Amino acid sequence: MGAGQPGNRERPIIMTDRTITDPKPIDTTTSDPKTSDSARFLSHLELDQPDKTFLDSNELVINMGPQHPATHGVLRVILKLDGEKVLGTECVIGYLHRGVEKIAENRTYTMFNPYVDRMDYVAAVSNGLGYCEAVEKLLNIEAPPRAKYIRVILTELNRMASHQLWLGTHALDIGAMTPLFYTFRDREEILKIFEKYCGARLTTHAFRIGGCQYETYEGFERDVTKFLDFAPPKIDEYEELLTTNRIWLERTKNVGVISRADAIALGVTGPVLRASGVKWDLRKAQPYAAYSDFDFEIPIGANGDTYDRYTVRMEEMRQSLRIIRQAVERIPEGPIMAKVPKVMKPPVGEVYHSIEAPKGELGYFIVSDGSTQPYRVRVRPPSFVNLQALDVMVRGALVADVIAVIGTLDIVLGEVDR
Amino acid sequence: MLDYITSYLSSNTTPGQAGNVFWALVYIMIVFGGVSVAVMAMNWLERKALAHFQIRLGPMRVGPHGLLQPIADAIKLMTKEDIIPAEADKFVFWIAPLIILCASFAVYIVVPFGPTHAITDLNIGILFMLGVSSLSVLGVVMAGWASNSHYPLIGALRSSAQMVSYEVAMGMAVVSAVLMTSLHGIGPYGVGVGTSGTGTLSMIGIVQAQQEQHVWFLFKFFPLGFIAFGIFAIAMVAETNRAPFDLPEAESELTAGFHTEYSGLRWSLFMLGEYAAMIAVSSIAVTLWLGGWFRPFPNTLTGDTWDLVFSLFPGLTFLALAAIAFVGVRRMPKHPYFRVQTIGLAGFGAVLGLIGLILFVPPVRDRIQDIFWFVAKVAGFMYLYIWYRATFPRYRFDQLMKVGWKVLLPIGIGVLILTAILGVVL
Amino acid sequence: MVVKLKGQYGSGIREASTYLGQDYMVVEPSIVAELLQILRDREQFDYCVDVTAVHYPEREKQFDLVWILYSFSRNERIRVKTMIGDGESVPSAVSVWTTANWLEREVYDMFGIRFDGHPDLKRILLPDGWKGHPLRKDYGIIQQDQEWVRANLGIESGQ
Repeated sequence: MGAGQPGNRERPIIMTDRTITDPKPIDTTTSDPKTSDSARFLSHLELDQPDKTFLDSNELVINMGPQHPATHGVLRVILKLDGEKVLGTECVIGYLHRGVEKIAENRTYTMFNPYVDRMDYVAAVSNGLGYCEAVEKLLNIEAPPRAKYIRVILTELNRMASHQLWLGTHALDIGAMTPLFYTFRDREEILKIFEKYCGARLTTHAFRIGGCQYETYEGFERDVTKFLDFAPPKIDEYEELLTTNRIWLERTKNVGVISRADAIALGVTGPVLRASGVKWDLRKAQPYAAYSDFDFEIPIGANGDTYDRYTVRMEEMRQSLRIIRQAVERIPEGPIMAKVPKVMKPPVGEVYHSIEAPKGELGYFIVSDGSTQPYRVRVRPPSFVNLQALDVMVRGALVADVIAVIGTLDIVLGEVDR
Repeated sequence: MLDYITSYLSSNTTPGQAGNVFWALVYIMIVFGGVSVAVMAMNWLERKALAHFQIRLGPMRVGPHGLLQPIADAIKLMTKEDIIPAEADKFVFWIAPLIILCASFAVYIVVPFGPTHAITDLNIGILFMLGVSSLSVLGVVMAGWASNSHYPLIGALRSSAQMVSYEVAMGMAVVSAVLMTSLHGIGPYGVGVGTSGTGTLSMIGIVQAQQEQHVWFLFKFFPLGFIAFGIFAIAMVAETNRAPFDLPEAESELTAGFHTEYSGLRWSLFMLGEYAAMIAVSSIAVTLWLGGWFRPFPNTLTGDTWDLVFSLFPGLTFLALAAIAFVGVRRMPKHPYFRVQTIGLAGFGAVLGLIGLILFVPPVRDRIQDIFWFVAKVAGFMYLYIWYRATFPRYRFDQLMKVGWKVLLPIGIGVLILTAILGVVL
Repeated sequence: MVVKLKGQYGSGIREASTYLGQDYMVVEPSIVAELLQILRDREQFDYCVDVTAVHYPEREKQFDLVWILYSFSRNERIRVKTMIGDGESVPSAVSVWTTANWLEREVYDMFGIRFDGHPDLKRILLPDGWKGHPLRKDYGIIQQDQEWVRANLGIESGQ
């Protein structure tokens, strides 16, 4: 906030953000700039006597402020507690809102491609895949097979990296410090491959509309195969530390349960939905980018609790390795870029295309008005919709569980806020 | 005056029992200094060991392999601004860390490093240790209250509830160990009449009872001694608010616990108190179950040769540490910037080697045995503490209380009853 | 299915066709609430993928409100579009799919379209006191609510 604004550097910027770890109960004269009419804001938390101190009443409204080691970004969660039990939550988001959709209306299709990586910055390749495929649909062109295979390999590597980061941070929230370092060390291998391929580790901008820009570098298959041999023992290592650990089981079993019906009604997707028992994966239901050529399974869970989400993601990591192995073995020769006009002017129309990002269903709804710039780009962010489920999942749970559940939903604030 | 000082040297009791104030003070200074050095070493070891568990290196720059890191931390904390919350109760805020510190350090007067190597040997030694170490709960609550802030209060109340509940489980385990001191038999299942069988609460007495019964209480009435030890080992981790029971001071939960509002030197007093408490409860565990100052296998491997072999261990340990230091010296990068560190590490290794050589000299060797084995066992516990912290996730608070009251306490009572029954029957 | 719905609503459904393999329906705002309910209950579109809007300032009915629905059992996706004017409000779909809660809040935040029956319609991404609806075409790309910025951030301008 306030940083990086052009042309204003000579004047000192005085920030008065008093929202950071404000522990007092919210009252009508709250200092939070985002909630100036807080009575209406907190109406559903039924805070009617704001001047009582926290010792007077049973219920306590506390704030897990935007700055917090465990909320994976700038997320503010207002909890209404009865002692330790959570009675209700309210998420305040938008701290990372960058107006990506508005920007899209002022850039050409190709120029908008790098912006897309910055939304879910953890799995940037998936974002790029979704956008490129959506625009390709609009232009009614198809990427050549080799490009599709390269896209699949990189996307699955990215899924693995995203899940590893998720595992590390989730375990850290619950208290296990060590898996974080193990997963980050192993993630380095994937990021090295990305760096060799497209030059960037995080915001990769790996794909172009119509295919891939870069041919796979010399030794790409060898590196990927080496990673495929390197990775399974590491996944076993993480499992050894956590899966049968009594404390881990107690912290994650029956925590943050969401039933199958609730999950469908709330529109959650991704591993959260699969852990609740719905065997649905966009890669199988509506295959895109060569996924129909591969043989893999969709793990599901039974209870919809945190432990199930953990096992689903671990299994997804293994399935990703399986897909990559098949892809690397069968990667076809050929061009990597389709015949795309230099100046892209898709015909008037709209299209919605979604992919299975590591976080859930990532969708792009692009409206074209025939010019070089899209008329409207709407990103359907999986983390945004999954975060809605937080309220349902933590009713009646304890405060420590809120952090575990936020971790298990695997949200990235860049995507929630765009 | 000189007579007073030298008269103690010929006695074979602790200074407290001999009533010799001078030597008591000397011992107090030694123990206090030793514990302070141990705390600093523990700080370094924790950072290095935790880092190595997490496949990274830990402090490497301040002194060779980070050996001077604790000193740098101490200087940093001492020069930090002392922030007191505006609405805090100043006197209580000031005194809370002192209470924790005093409670944690006061227990060391009965810790037995050897048959006469203790500051004093109260005949209620173990009771004294448990009682005084519980006083730190008072300090915790005071710290939370005085901060006049939400989160520290919640953290302090949680922490105190946790410490109190695990005290009960610890007490049960301790009572069953004390019960074992009053047995007559010899060996793990105590057959026959061989010992005086006078029950005692004094720390030195408990170790001597293990000696008379020719068995460490860990193996007494196997598996009962083992279970009692297990209960105490778990309860002592919870008592000192360490992982996996460190919810009150966990960084990724809502609060940083009762010491949120403390900064600089005051905060370091909390850490000092915590480490000192860890060493204190570990020494209780060592005294009660692991045979105190006795070398391993005191009864199965008897005889002068074995005594000689085991008496070489202190010197060998220090020589091994010196060897590790010299290996580290060889692996240092050969770059001018590292010259000072290399020399420092070599010097450190040389000092360790020198101490090792001194420990081979017979007069020193005989005297240092007890202290060495005691400290080695406590050091093992310290390593276990760090290992737990690296490996386990954190217990949620209600699960933590459940473990304390619904798991450890019934098992503790069960072990106690079974020990008593076996003690009467056998 | 479209035939069935057309038979039921007749003039309500203005257009139903497929573009680039994706089905969509353009309906009248008056039948939207009922239609969405029927789509969920009878036609098993139990998953509301997205609720979004597009702004066409030159048109009389300026906003294009789009619901994207998906049916797990039929593995089909459908877009339901309706056209409403500025200031008009639409019945909320929260009673049909709970997921519409935040999605409609975002549409309100970005476009200013109100949803009747929404339990908690307030801004979600932008601060509560913000004036203006950014995704409208008449809102500049670097425009900010200067009043809010001055009042809350203590700086002269966000630029």
